[in-house]
Formats: sequence, structure tokens, C-alpha cells
Amino acid sequence: MKRRYDVLVVGGGPGGAIAARTAAEKGLSACLIEKRPAIGVPVRCAEGIGKETLKGFIEPDDRWISAEVHGAQFVAPDGTSMSVERKMAGSKVGYILDRKIFDRELVWQAAAAGADIFVKTRAVAPILDDGRVRGATVSFCGEDRKVEADVVIAADGIESKFARWCGLDTTVPMRELMSCAQYVLADIDIDPYVTVFYFGNRIAPEGYIWVFPKGVRMANVGIGISGRKSRDGHRARQLLDRFIADTFPRGKMVECIVGGVSVCRPLPCTVADGLMVVGDAARLADPMTGGGIANAMITGKLAAGVAAEAIGKGDVGRDSLRGYDDAWRSSVMGKSLEKNYRIKEIFITLDDAKLNALIQTGSRLDLKDFSVLTLVKELMKRNPKMLLELKNLYAVLK
Amino acid sequence: MLVIHRDICGYCGACVSVCPEGALELIDAYLTVDDRCTACRICTRICPLGALEVADEATV
Repeated sequence: MKRRYDVLVVGGGPGGAIAARTAAEKGLSACLIEKRPAIGVPVRCAEGIGKETLKGFIEPDDRWISAEVHGAQFVAPDGTSMSVERKMAGSKVGYILDRKIFDRELVWQAAAAGADIFVKTRAVAPILDDGRVRGATVSFCGEDRKVEADVVIAADGIESKFARWCGLDTTVPMRELMSCAQYVLADIDIDPYVTVFYFGNRIAPEGYIWVFPKGVRMANVGIGISGRKSRDGHRARQLLDRFIADTFPRGKMVECIVGGVSVCRPLPCTVADGLMVVGDAARLADPMTGGGIANAMITGKLAAGVAAEAIGKGDVGRDSLRGYDDAWRSSVMGKSLEKNYRIKEIFITLDDAKLNALIQTGSRLDLKDFSVLTLVKELMKRNPKMLLELKNLYAVLK
Repeated sequence: MLVIHRDICGYCGACVSVCPEGALELIDAYLTVDDRCTACRICTRICPLGALEVADEATV
């Protein structure tokens, strides 16, 4: 480990790995630190990602793709189900990854591009100079070392501390933290090409239960519920256990995963003097789906690009780094985050009767020319009782 | 004070993200709490496993 780098990346998930790879490709000296002793574990993810987004960062490889998804199915509280197939979902089709292998591949690519990588190495404090971030004190297998850097990229995930130490308030509101649990279930009857989403205020309040195929007879079966709906006897894991007892009573749990996903708006500002925040640490998970991998990679790449320009100019102050914040906010991703936040805020108000009505209508539609907008238009015609919510939804979507 | 039931904790860090004081930190598989904790109970609510509990000073 050198005493000085152009860029220090805190966190070895997809956001950090892409940031380090991009920084190294741009000719910067880059160092990525990961507090855990191995990259990719423990997995804390449902592992779904859109095909096209992924291809923008890495060539798909069977070694880390568990399943290719051709369609999605939505199940209402009353059991009505609605399917969206490949030809209608367009670019929405995707993969279920094997994050253990995927994350390692990304970090290996960062290493191959020239970045230094250190595991079991944790940032314990920023090096601050008159409020400017100048690197970090890191604990390297228990030994404290100072690592100076022009820019620190905080990619430290949902449990992010680095940005907070530098003065940014990263607190996720309780109601906007999805409390999640997931099992990898083996030996279950599933369609290996379809993701299934179960909705209902009884089974998953303000969230959903997912079944994401991991191959033949194997799936990630998980749940996310709003933090404000979580309490003793009614926690994510307990609700998931109830669902599994009903739906997959013979499934064998080969992995137990828990985690938190933010569904709040992103941090109001994702840069400071010498600091950039990416991915889940910047609260950039999609508020509608909870997906975070794509946005972490997108912002990791953008951040490293802007860092390279700023370092080239010799100015890594907040105003110089602000181009990163502007870039992601005005991107397709940034706009979709805001749109999906507003859709989520409407969705969480729907009671089970309304969720049933929505999915019943959807299941009766001829979805040849499917788009969410045409679906909402059709719903407005057929569900006069829901006109208010649907009007709001239509206003967000159009 | 906040009690961490380590046999239950899944060391996922969800609690760290909601702590308004920044009192919690996840060090690999080990959750820590420091004296900034105000026993506000937000973390005890959102824990997916129920590993956190605010115990009465007298009973600890």
C-alpha cells in the first residue's frame, strides 16, 4: 500500500470496483479498500439487473449469471396474477447474477487496469485538512495507516459511514428503509425464466416479496417491508417465513441473507471538497424496485471520470467535483430515480382492494403494446374508485 | 442502553443507515454501538431479525 494515491475508493462492491477500474483506465493511481476479508461475500442482494445496463459495463459471462429472465409475473393479494413477457417488456429483461463471482470479476478488472486492491482494510476516519478530505486513515488487518488521496470515492454501501464522517447527513428515514430478508431456496417448483413479485399489505407492507430464479429449481426468495411496518412478531424474516411455509413448504434454505435498502430520495449533495459518494452510500437504490447494482456502477463510472478531470485541473474542491452530482441528476438514471420515487409514494398508499383491482385489470388487458402508461390509462377507465391515485400516477408517468 | 444480540444479528448494516446519531458501525461481521446512542429505538424497529433491544439500565 502506497502512502499516496490520486483516488482512494472505499468499498469493493460494484460501485467501488467500477470507480477504481475507470480511474485506473484514465491513468490515475487508484486504490480500492474493502473492509471484509473477501470480495463478493456476504451477498446482500436479490441479484437482479437489466441486460442492457449491465452490458454497458461488462460483457455478460455465464460464470456469474445464474439465470436469464424473459418475463415477470405480478401477484395480487387475492392471488390474481398478471404476466409481462419478453416481447412486451422490451429492454426490461435481465439477468439474475451470482454476486459472489460477479463482484470478484469487477474487482479483478479494476486490478488488471492497474488499481491497487486491499481487503480486510477498513477506513476508520477521513484525513481532514481545514474541512477538505485529503484521504483516509485505514485499518489494514488491524494496523492503522494513513493513505493520502486527492479524491476519496465513498462506495461503502447502505452502512456507509465515510460521507457522514465528512459532514454529509446520510441518515435514511425509518419509513424509507426497507427491512429485507432473503433465502436462497433449493428444490422448489419455479419457472426458471420468470421473476415473480407478490404484493399485499398483509404479506409485505409497503414492499413486496420476490422470487428471482437462480437456475433450475432454485431461487432467491425474499421480502422487503417498510421500516415503519417492522416490529416484534412482524419482522421481515418472520413474514418471509410465513410466506415460504405457505408457498414453498418443501424448499431447502441454502443461504440466509438480511439487509437494508433505502427507498428515499438521494443525498441532497453527493460531493464535498475531495469527496464523492456513489451507489447505495449516496442512497441511489431505485425507490420503486430497490435495485441498486446498476445505479452504483453508473455513478462509480461518472465519479471516476469527473475525478480524473478535476485532478487534471489541479482543483478537487466541491465546485470542481460538482459536475458529477449534476451529471447523474440530469441523466436518464437521475430522472428515473425521481419519477420512481413519486410512483413509490403513490403505490404505498394502495390498500389490498386497490392492489387487487390493479392487477385484475392488468391481467385482462391485451398487453401486445404494453407500456406502463397505457396500462394506467386502461386502469383509469376500469377502476373509477381509484381515479385519484391513478390520476396522480398518470401525472408522474406522462 | 442498546443491547446487541450477537447470536441473532445478521451483520447487514441496515441499522447503521437509520441511526440519526451515527452511533452504530458495522465492522465486517461485528456491529458496534458507541456512547452517542440515545436509545431512540429506530434501529430496534427496523432490524430484519430483531437483534437489537433497548434494555432498562436497571435490568442490565
